[in-house]
Amino acid sequence: MQCFTCPFCGPRDETEFFYGGEAGKERPEPSAEVTAERWAEWLYGETNSKGPSREIWLHLTCGEFFLMERHTVTHEVFATRATRGEEA
Amino acid sequence: MSVRRIAEAAAAESLEFTFDGRPLRGQPGDTVASALLANGVRIVGRSFKYHRPRGIWSAGADEPNAIFDIRLRGATQPNARATMVALEAGMEVRSVNSRPDAERDRYAFLDCFGRFLPAGFYYKTFMWPDWHRFEPSIRQMAGLGRLDPATQPAGATQRNLHCDLLVIGAGPAGLAAARAAALAGREVVLVEQQPRFGGSLLHRPARIDGLAGPAWVEDCLALLRDRGARLLSSTTAYGIYDHRLVCLWEQRGEGGDHLWRVRPRQIILASGASERPLVFDDNDRPGIMSADAALAYLRRHAVLVGDDIVIATNNDSVWPAAAALAEAGARVTIADCRRTPPLPAPAGVELLPGAPVGLVEGRNAVAGVIVGTRRLAADCLLTSGGWTPNVHLYCQHRGRLRYEEARLALVPGEDLEDLAVAGAARGALLLQEALAEGHRAAVGGGEGPRSEGALASFHIEAAWPDPRSARRQWIDLQNDVTVKDVALAARENFRSVEHLKRYTTLGMATDQGKTSNMNGLAALAAVTGRSIPEVGTTTYRPPYVPVPFTVIAGRRRGQLFAPVRRLVLEREHREAGAAFREYGSWLRPAFYGEGSPAEAMAREAQRARETLGLFDGSPLGKIEVMGPQAAALLDFTFYNRLSTLKPSRIRYGFMLQENGVIYDDGVVLRLAEDHFVVSCSSGHVPGVVMRLEEWRQDRFDPGRVVIHNSTAEWATLTATGPASRELVAALDLGVDLADAALPHMAFTTGSFQGQPLRVARVSFTGDRSYEISLPASHAAALWRRMREEGARLEATLLGSEGLMILRAEKGYIIAGKDTDGYTLPMDLGLTAPREKRQDEYLGKRSLFTEEAEKPKRPAFVGLQVEGKEPLATGAHAVERCAKGFRSLGFVTSSYWSPNLQRPIALGLVEAGRQRMGEEIEIYHLGNLRRARIVEPCSFDPEGERLNA
Ligand SMILES: [Zn+2]
Repeated sequence: MQCFTCPFCGPRDETEFFYGGEAGKERPEPSAEVTAERWAEWLYGETNSKGPSREIWLHLTCGEFFLMERHTVTHEVFATRATRGEEA
Repeated sequence: MSVRRIAEAAAAESLEFTFDGRPLRGQPGDTVASALLANGVRIVGRSFKYHRPRGIWSAGADEPNAIFDIRLRGATQPNARATMVALEAGMEVRSVNSRPDAERDRYAFLDCFGRFLPAGFYYKTFMWPDWHRFEPSIRQMAGLGRLDPATQPAGATQRNLHCDLLVIGAGPAGLAAARAAALAGREVVLVEQQPRFGGSLLHRPARIDGLAGPAWVEDCLALLRDRGARLLSSTTAYGIYDHRLVCLWEQRGEGGDHLWRVRPRQIILASGASERPLVFDDNDRPGIMSADAALAYLRRHAVLVGDDIVIATNNDSVWPAAAALAEAGARVTIADCRRTPPLPAPAGVELLPGAPVGLVEGRNAVAGVIVGTRRLAADCLLTSGGWTPNVHLYCQHRGRLRYEEARLALVPGEDLEDLAVAGAARGALLLQEALAEGHRAAVGGGEGPRSEGALASFHIEAAWPDPRSARRQWIDLQNDVTVKDVALAARENFRSVEHLKRYTTLGMATDQGKTSNMNGLAALAAVTGRSIPEVGTTTYRPPYVPVPFTVIAGRRRGQLFAPVRRLVLEREHREAGAAFREYGSWLRPAFYGEGSPAEAMAREAQRARETLGLFDGSPLGKIEVMGPQAAALLDFTFYNRLSTLKPSRIRYGFMLQENGVIYDDGVVLRLAEDHFVVSCSSGHVPGVVMRLEEWRQDRFDPGRVVIHNSTAEWATLTATGPASRELVAALDLGVDLADAALPHMAFTTGSFQGQPLRVARVSFTGDRSYEISLPASHAAALWRRMREEGARLEATLLGSEGLMILRAEKGYIIAGKDTDGYTLPMDLGLTAPREKRQDEYLGKRSLFTEEAEKPKRPAFVGLQVEGKEPLATGAHAVERCAKGFRSLGFVTSSYWSPNLQRPIALGLVEAGRQRMGEEIEIYHLGNLRRARIVEPCSFDPEGERLNA
């Protein structure tokens, strides 16, 4: 059971969270100009990095999405912070 | 009389229990194991594979043989280790894997076939023709305890705990650590798996800071209590999980077990070491026991394990046991493998140097021991092959072991950042070392407690299993793995220790190889000509001991495993004779009244069209979207534009996933320019909220649009059918019901008993309908009024099943039932937004892919059949091809329509629109039926009844 720190609520058990995807993915728009390859990359392309990773998580309890930097092998969490007003 | 109690407690204090039906007596302070020994019981079970008689080996968590089903207070604990369970009066103790009992086991003959049952025997032999043919009878012979399906043990209480320091193990190292930490002002939790704190101090001789061992233990506990430490006995730390979560299983007997989830800042692991057996021919006979265990039974329980005791050893640690047993009156001989043991024989003990055990006489008990050319009369053989540190939790926490030649043991390497290992768990077998290590681990330095009178040196010489032996030598007692099995596995090229383990099952029993792993590694090393470090060790995984599922599940079972959501009107529905079923997570009336379910559903569906149906639609989503950007957020997240919706109007819309697939359908009400209510399907409320939140936070200004899920705050009561307007009028809600004022797909507000409410003209039946939403607190009163007024209009209560028939007659979809993970909105004929919308919306690009534009996509259609029998839901539409049949799609919904008096069905069929009017074949369980492709709507296609 991992323990994540919601930037709004503090440290909570992992079961309160939901993985929202890798951070930094930009939705390609307008769709009329988006190639099929680019769209497929947006839908299904994941870095799946082994090691440090920047991810979006949702704290189900408070409903806030936030940024988490963590290590996918050791499960060490380096930082969590609100995405508000920042590029995620 | 060989094994017996030498100092009885007062008779008044005796505890009655039974073993395999025999009445026996123990005394307070006994474990089940010590009580059995005190009663002279030697054979406590039958081995897993060969049904050989086995006796008690240890006095701790590593016990491989004494595994029992224990029945007490109406519940059975299966596979309990007798060494870890405190005896209670009334216990019914039953040996496992034996029929009828441990003494007279009818499968004992299996042992004669031992040479035909090598490792992998079952894998190799019962493959043909089919393992499943043999499995039942093999399972009957093998296996351990039996679950008692008649009784449900109580679920454990689960508790969370945060602390500064968690000390695991309350032997000398753990107590020294806890004591030092408490004195330094740290917040300490100390756990001990045995019922009593103290570990080896309860039986091995020592004086610490001037006090006898047990007295020093009491002194430490008093100090810890005084400083506010939490002390948990009979509590096993069985696993360390991610982010330093330590799970503890506290056995509390009658009080009910606890599962503790602890997040400590630091862990000190002082889990001690297990004495491992020496391996020689027939080293599994009942009466062969760990030397340290014999000392523990003597000192803790006044049980003397024999009169003629031979102690076989390769190390110094047996000396205190030899001295104590001799002092208690037994004739004791030490048979030492080493040619020159460094210590002199204790008083009254004969010491034979260079004397490995050759043979054990006796089958159900030890009758004699052959050492070299000498035969020693013996009724008990104690052995010590050295000590294996209990490093499980250290390894679970990613610690790395190293092999220490001087102690012949795998010991922890570096301490971890948040976990230090102290005492015998890191190979420090001498008391003074253990005390100093515990103290240092807690406070970093300084003087620890001082000890005297304990063993002052430890010397050991290798005496590993010899793969050349002709007879069977047992490594894993619980899983019946011999040295020969290891050699066979190596010959068959299972060289990796992980493969060896799985092929031979060495270390895979419920004791997880605590006594056998090191001997197994050494045997594999010897057979393959490698060193022990080269062979390496298997991975340590939780749990450290078997933990009952009931403890892990806690209260999360039965109704609490996945709690259902309940309607605020559940009681009213029950009184009306509702049959409840689960829909999504909601428990809802499926239909009302007596008789067959099919008849009830049909009756309700028919009456609702004739006069009036009353339906509780409270679980329908009511998600409020508010703020200046509310319309923009809904435009983006819905396939249909919602910003063009006028206040007090309603629009039907679809929510897509980014891959274009339909996620949900529902209606959206616009309360004001900046205020909407999304009324999504009941089962999709959490998902729709999450999707709205995701895009609200990602794409919009969260300060200018907010989402509030008010589903549970409002009840929604629906009247449908030709008499619905008359009913609503009679309710006196202060609402103008003229169609000009309240047309279809519009809503208005009114009040009931001073409460605000909303009346919406939406219809899931195709008939004129009114959905009345009001605060849940007043739902019962309004429902009562609706039923009173409805009685006059010949209303029926309408359950979910009847409603399903009505919507299917109209060809209305249920998202997720009539659509699947491939359905795009165009497949339902919803093409307008795709063609017209210039702006961005969720899933848009996916509607223009090659796949989306494929001409033969599945389409949503109706399916009409001859006869009275509805099609099977899930049946496939097929066409014939060279290989037989090819699927064209499948039936998604199918019912008997009471209003049309014929079966109706909906389905997704490849190129279904182009095939309109064609006949196709429907395949189900080997049968073919013909069906005509028709429009989905089979009832009132003009929609005249909406305003009738
Ligand atoms: Zn939060």
